[in-house]
Amino acid sequence: MENERPRGRILVQFLPSLTGLTRRGLAGWAILIGFVIVAAMAIMTIISPWISPYNPIGINVGPILSPPSRAYPLGTNHLGQDMLSRVYSGGTVMFEVAILSVIVCIVIGVPIGLFASYTGGYTDKATSLVMDSIYAFPGLVLAIAIAAMLGPGVVNMALSIAVVYVPSYFRIIRSQVLTIKELPYVEAAHMMGANSRNTLFSYILPNVIPSIVAVATINFADAILTSAGLTFVGLGLPVSTPDWGWDLTYGRRLLTSGAWWVIAFPGLMVVLLALGFTLMGEGLSELFNPRLQK
Amino acid sequence: MSLRSYVITRILLTIPMIILLLTFVFLIVRILPGDPASLHFEKQVDPQLLQQFKHQLGLDKPIPVQFVDYLVGLFRGDFGKSMQDFSPVSQQIFSAFPATLELAIWATMWMMSIGIVLGVQASRHYNSAQDHSIRVFGTASYAIPVFFLGEVMIMIFAIYLHWFPAGDRIYPGMTPVGLTFGDFHFATGLFVIDSILEGNVQKLLMSIRYLLLPSLTLGLVLCGIFIRLTRGNMLETSQLDFVTAARARGLRERTVVYGYALRNAFLPILTMMGLQFAALLAGAVLTETTFSWPGLGRFLVDRISFRDYTAIQGVVVFFGILVAVVSLAVDILYAYLDPRIRF
Repeated sequence: MENERPRGRILVQFLPSLTGLTRRGLAGWAILIGFVIVAAMAIMTIISPWISPYNPIGINVGPILSPPSRAYPLGTNHLGQDMLSRVYSGGTVMFEVAILSVIVCIVIGVPIGLFASYTGGYTDKATSLVMDSIYAFPGLVLAIAIAAMLGPGVVNMALSIAVVYVPSYFRIIRSQVLTIKELPYVEAAHMMGANSRNTLFSYILPNVIPSIVAVATINFADAILTSAGLTFVGLGLPVSTPDWGWDLTYGRRLLTSGAWWVIAFPGLMVVLLALGFTLMGEGLSELFNPRLQK
Repeated sequence: MSLRSYVITRILLTIPMIILLLTFVFLIVRILPGDPASLHFEKQVDPQLLQQFKHQLGLDKPIPVQFVDYLVGLFRGDFGKSMQDFSPVSQQIFSAFPATLELAIWATMWMMSIGIVLGVQASRHYNSAQDHSIRVFGTASYAIPVFFLGEVMIMIFAIYLHWFPAGDRIYPGMTPVGLTFGDFHFATGLFVIDSILEGNVQKLLMSIRYLLLPSLTLGLVLCGIFIRLTRGNMLETSQLDFVTAARARGLRERTVVYGYALRNAFLPILTMMGLQFAALLAGAVLTETTFSWPGLGRFLVDRISFRDYTAIQGVVVFFGILVAVVSLAVDILYAYLDPRIRF
């Protein structure tokens, strides 16, 4: 009993922040529901090797194109692969690609945004022009061009997606820095002798972080959809990796045979994961930036 | 600023943007690891053959010379040669473009009408169950990969119900010929318009039947932002005095909502339409692949499987220019409709 108490206390401390979210209205609920979805899917993906009934990439573990049955609850595909096992583990690639591309985006986009908008003048104008040009481009088409040149692979997919979304970070950071750098406390920091680097990283950056978090969360959803899109146009990973995107791509050819289960379950997984991140992202940006969401 | 000087400034601003974009795409194809010619062959190839291949495509020249050739070529409507058969890519782009344009026009109609009607409904029943479900639908539409929705549509409406064809643009041999008047011949490449010009009702109905599923799929995926925008703007506008005044005059609710409030909430919706054009094209690439729609997107995806990098570059550049021109047009239209923007 003695040992139970501290653990209970941690839980009690943690719970109010969750229930506190629900008191923030729809935005709080959106964050909570989104978080639960994403966390559940992340856990499912991590433990998939232990819960999958069959090898997700093993060929002919069952009959070909068998509809959902007791032995194969979600059916099998044209290679006789078990769809349930593939659904469990098919998120690995998407999580990897999305996480990596968000990291690249932050590493590239945040410093450029901070530096350009803080410096102002021609640096800012030139960077803005480049970023706006990329931003205006149809994202998927640009990602296709880059991925086609780089060739298949998780890192290459992540890089081609990152290039497309760096401008989103740049724009949000720029708009924030332009406002923040005129605030009295930044001026005060200058008066107290803070140099530019100090001001930028100790005074301005902390106030931009919430927006970065919100953009990054929405970016996760976009990265997931874009990586599925890249796979769909034939720039995905080889067959030897279980991937929801791959199942959706090859499932298209099986539609005429009426094999709905090959696309339905992986498709729902992608929708759920993207929805989870979208809900979280929209909730967060509403919470941090109520004006933008009017 | 007069409308004329606004238009001129806006055009001048578009030029560096397009040049930057062209440079960017050029650099992607030339500078990223592995040169396009060797990548095309994938495996080892006779160096002499490779050299000859590069020469035919102009890939053996120094990079700056290639860049100038590329820009000058684009200026004359030359999008480069295909690695597959050395044919000009522009020919294929221009013959595939009407299919994409027709799909985009119909998808825009779906996206706008679904978005606006649902947005207005949600705002009229603010904070009700209807409002909440429309908002949930709007958010969910962001999260659906367009090709998954397309596959579900094909499954339900083409394979189970047999209402619509599962893909392609029209029944083979039924391509509408457009207007023919003696020796005079005119066709737009948009099948619905060409069928009307030809005066062939059967072809018209068939074109629409083939268009319906792909355009609805694309429209549904993109309508979310319009639901949100319409809802937000309507909530704001419907509290303004002129709407109350219209209501007080005893006008019908429908007239008040659509004739007065929506009319004033329309400008931001128009702007969003311009911004969404890029998303529309990106969505079209995937939709065309799903429905075997013979447009630019499918051409691009075909070229990817042939490792035809020069053709990929051509299509990507074409998409980029198209987006820049459309957003320019929307901006000008916006300035024309709302004089405040010019100042």
